[in-house]
Amino acid sequence: MNIRRFPMTREVSLLVLAYLYVPVLVLVVYSFNANRTATIWSHASLDWYGRILTNPSIQAATVNSLILAFAAAIGATTFALLAALATSRAFPRRGAVEAVLNMPLILPEIVVAVATLMLFVALGVQLGLGAMILAHTAFCIPFAYLPIRARLEGMSRSYEEAAQDLYANRFRTFRRVTLPLLWPGILAGFTLAFVTSLDDFLTSFFLSGPGTTTLPVYIFSAIRAGITPEINAISTVMLVISVLLVSLSFFLSRLRR
Amino acid sequence: MSASPTLRRLGLLTPALATIGLLVGVPLLLMFWISLLQKGGTSGVDWASVPSGANYLRLVWEEDFDGTMIVNTSYLLILLRSVLQAALTTGLCLLFGLPVALWMAGLGRTQRDIMLLLITIPFWTNLLVRNYAWLIILREDGLVAQTVNAVSPFGPVQLLYNDLAVAIGLTYSFLPFMILPLYTVFEKFDWRLLEAAHDLGATRARALRRVVLPIAGPGILAGSLLVFIPCLGAFVTPALLGGGKTLMLGNIIQMQFGASRNWPFGAALSVVLLALMLIVMTSVALLRNRRAK
Repeated sequence: MNIRRFPMTREVSLLVLAYLYVPVLVLVVYSFNANRTATIWSHASLDWYGRILTNPSIQAATVNSLILAFAAAIGATTFALLAALATSRAFPRRGAVEAVLNMPLILPEIVVAVATLMLFVALGVQLGLGAMILAHTAFCIPFAYLPIRARLEGMSRSYEEAAQDLYANRFRTFRRVTLPLLWPGILAGFTLAFVTSLDDFLTSFFLSGPGTTTLPVYIFSAIRAGITPEINAISTVMLVISVLLVSLSFFLSRLRR
Repeated sequence: MSASPTLRRLGLLTPALATIGLLVGVPLLLMFWISLLQKGGTSGVDWASVPSGANYLRLVWEEDFDGTMIVNTSYLLILLRSVLQAALTTGLCLLFGLPVALWMAGLGRTQRDIMLLLITIPFWTNLLVRNYAWLIILREDGLVAQTVNAVSPFGPVQLLYNDLAVAIGLTYSFLPFMILPLYTVFEKFDWRLLEAAHDLGATRARALRRVVLPIAGPGILAGSLLVFIPCLGAFVTPALLGGGKTLMLGNIIQMQFGASRNWPFGAALSVVLLALMLIVMTSVALLRNRRAK
């Protein structure tokens, strides 16, 4: 008898895996269904993928989502990198700083979203892409921060000390030694921030102005209008992109130091 | 180098802290203020109105036709449903998450990493898309519905747009949040403790109850918090799978910013949600401290 194996845990685990993955598989399979109703199978086809490629609303929403995710991820990663450089290596008030940085993770997103909406309207900030970029940058910071800090923590100080012994000034040490060593962590953080922004629905839902829909907001209104395999196809594309990017981030985080 | 290390660190921290302060902290303060004002104007708020607690009173009382205040339970019921739904989801996540975490911890290194990846991937995929998947499955002409109706002795059953559908969707959305902290605890578990329990004649059930569960305590608390809090503020799942019949707090908040256009009341509902969250977090912190003693 293996002491580490509890009875039924294996069965429950396999059941949970099925629970997690079967619905997504069904969604993906039906995106290849030729039948117009999303739930009755007729035969395999790529029609719906062809449709989403030529649908102008989806094209516009995709462009918006990509601009938003790039801008928010670049902003969030830059700020998170600076913050991580400050908090790593024996910083006494790290707990307090991280409590603030993690606020977007803890607070219910709907509350922050409506609060930001009210602030923007009160200040006369135009709703739309700009407003979404600002809000996304804020909540992407903790996602970018974690991998960067983890990389910094695992980095030996001796390379930087060696550079300074060899008369490199602080800026030069950072550019020629710290940054190259930190690069995988920065990319991993950027990727996670990018995925988080790309997948976000609630904040964009409240802050998108007329004509600046993102993909998740488009999907939500499309579901409301009626279920079609077209939604399955665009959902499948989003799933594939997220899984690829997150796997990339995992891989980068595990790169040898 | 001229600047002192403290000053330099402050400079490095400023962009991140300022962004979160201005785009999360300040909006919350403004929201609290707006929750005391009255609705009106084109923007949804009458900025000149006298601050009062009227929006909070509206949660319980409403004005009758002749001006007397009568108790209105509809908002309280939604509040209660949100709390119960969050509690039910937390319970379901624990019921299924605990065996999974326990099983994972006993696996070999490679299998463990694969399982970890499989549990983490759903967390990073689109919440909306994952709830949409359940919408397809539970629909009248969907796979599960057809199977259930084929064997159901009660005639056709409506699987969608009820509390059960919302519970299934919420559990589906937040299960990884329960499994991961539990796994972190079990990963560090000293299995010799279990051997000792067995050697001393404990049955499996007794060893589970007296050795494993007490050690899992901090993981259970952390996981429950991570599931309960986002459930309280859930919007997407009840909107898609509850279909307007089983509203939760998140849905009535959204309504105040959509069709109802009553921002001060929406702000008050959001403050109530934050207060509920704070109560739960404080209770868990107190519980933790008591355990630590």
